[in-house]
Amino acid sequence: MHDTTISLIELGAVFFGLGLLGRLAWRIGISPIPLYLIGGLTFGHGGLVPLGGIDAFTELASEIGVVLLLLLLGLEYSANELVTGLRRSWMAGVVDIVLNAAPGAIAGLLLGWGPVGALAMAGVTYISSSGIIAKVLGDLGRLGNRETPVVLAVLVFEDLAMAVYLPILTALLAGMTFLGGLTAVGISLAAITVVLVIALKFGRYVSAVVDSPDPEVFLLKVLGAALLVAGVASQLQVSAAVGAFLLGIAISGSTAENATRMLEPLRDLFAAVFFVVFGLNTDPSAIPPVLGIAVALAVITTLTKVATGWWAARRQGIAPLGRARAGAALVARGEFSIVIAGLTVASGAVDGQLAALATAYVLLMAVLGPVAARVVEPLAKAVRRRRPAAA
Amino acid sequence: MTPLPGIGTRQDFVIRSGRRVGVITYRDGKFELIVSKDDDPDACSASIPLTPDEASTLAGLLGAPHLVAQLGRQHRDVTGVDTQQIPVVPGSAFDGRTLGDTALRTRTGSSVVAVVRAGTVHPSPRPEFTFAGGDVVVVVGTSDGLAAATDILASG
Repeated sequence: MHDTTISLIELGAVFFGLGLLGRLAWRIGISPIPLYLIGGLTFGHGGLVPLGGIDAFTELASEIGVVLLLLLLGLEYSANELVTGLRRSWMAGVVDIVLNAAPGAIAGLLLGWGPVGALAMAGVTYISSSGIIAKVLGDLGRLGNRETPVVLAVLVFEDLAMAVYLPILTALLAGMTFLGGLTAVGISLAAITVVLVIALKFGRYVSAVVDSPDPEVFLLKVLGAALLVAGVASQLQVSAAVGAFLLGIAISGSTAENATRMLEPLRDLFAAVFFVVFGLNTDPSAIPPVLGIAVALAVITTLTKVATGWWAARRQGIAPLGRARAGAALVARGEFSIVIAGLTVASGAVDGQLAALATAYVLLMAVLGPVAARVVEPLAKAVRRRRPAAA
Repeated sequence: MTPLPGIGTRQDFVIRSGRRVGVITYRDGKFELIVSKDDDPDACSASIPLTPDEASTLAGLLGAPHLVAQLGRQHRDVTGVDTQQIPVVPGSAFDGRTLGDTALRTRTGSSVVAVVRAGTVHPSPRPEFTFAGGDVVVVVGTSDGLAAATDILASG
C-alpha cells in the first residue's frame, strides 16, 4: 500500500512538472520536447530526486508512447495522400535522404560505432519533426503559403521512408545476419504494399472494424488494435512502431479524424513519458564530451535541410524568399530522432554514447528549428537588401 | 485545389490585382481565409481562422449582393420598393427560429424573397423555414419597412 502511495506521488509530481515545462515551452515559442529531455536528464543518474518504484510503469508507458506517436503519424495521412505525395515528390525525397542522412552516417563511422551505429545516426539526422514543423507553420500563418505543400510533401516522404527504415534498423540491431535483415525488409515492404492497397480499396472496412459511435468503446478498440498490431509486428521483427504506423494509414476518413481527436491527448501524455524515460536513461555526464560533435552536426544538417527545402521549392517555381522559408521550416528534428536513438540504445548493440549525442543533437535542433523558421524571413530580406544584384 | 497532407486542402486563385486569395479547409471543418502578400505572392499577409458559421456568413455576404442587384434590376420600375440584405447574427434572436416567428410581413409590410446560406440561395422560403446564424435574409419592401425589418431581425 505504502509503495503505491509513493508511486502515485512520484508519478503525479512527474506529470505536473512536465505540464509546467510544456507551458513554459509554448510560452517562449519552442517545442516542449527539449525541456522534457532535460527534465529526464536532471532526474536520472544522480539527479535531484531519485525516482524509484515507477520504472515498470514508465518503461511500458514509454513503449506505448512510441506506438502512439507512430499511430497518429499514420492517421494524419490518408493512403491517397501518401501515394500522390510519393509520386510527386520522390526526387525531393531522395535529395533529402542523401543530404541529411550522410552527415549522421559519417559522424557515426568516424566515432567508430560501426555500420549499424552509422545507420542509426543517419536516421537521427535525416528525419525532420513533423510535429514541430506543423505546429510552427500553423503558428506563423504559413499554411496558405505556396511553399508549404512542398514542405509537407517532403515530410510525407520522410514518414514513408521511416516505414522502410525502422524495420531494417530493428533487424540489424537485433544482430541479424544480412539475410535475416533482408527478410525483415521484405516482410515490411510487403506489409506496406498490402496495407496501402487495403487502405486504398477497402479502407472503410478497416475503419468499420474499429469504428463505434460510443466514444468509450471507440477509444478502447483503437488503442487495443494499435497495441495488438504493434505487438504482432514486433514479434515478426518488423518493429512495433511500424505496425502502429501502418494501422494508422489503413484507418481512414472520419474514423481517422475521430481517432486522432481522441488519441491526441493520450499520445501527448505517453510521448512525454517516453522523452523523460529517454532522458532518465541517458547519463548527463556523457553529454559534454560529444557536445562539440553535436554542435558540428547541428550546423551541417541545418545547412543541408535548408538546401533540401530550397531545392525542392525551386523545382515548384517558388521565389527565393519562399525557398528560404521552405528550407528553414524543415530544420527542426525531434520526436523521431529520439525514437531511433531509443531503439538503438535499448538494443545495446551500439555504444551508449549514441544516446548522449542524439540527446544533445535533438536538444539543439528542436530549439533551433522553430527559431530558424521564424528568423529566416527577416534574415533573407536583409541579405537581399545588402546584395541587390545577387538577388 | 492543392492538398495539404495531414492538414486539409488549399483552394485559391489570383485576382486581377495580382494577389492570391483563397481558403484553407481543415479536415476538422474549420476554415481559414488567406490573402497573399503584395510584395511576395508566395507568402500570406493574412490568414484568418473562421468557424463554419462565420465562413457561411462571409459566403452569404459575398453571395447576397449579387442576388440583391438582380432583384434591384427587376424592381427598378416599381417606385418606392427596395431590396435589402439583412444578416442573421449567430446567437441573435431568430437564430434557430422560423421565418413565421418573425411575422415580418404583418409587422413591416416587407417580404422575404430569399435566404442565402453558405453561398446557396434558398428562394421564396416558406413560413416554417428555420433561420441559422450566418444566414443572409434578402428582403423587399419600402425603406421604412426595411428599416423595421432590420431592427426586428437584429433584436427580436
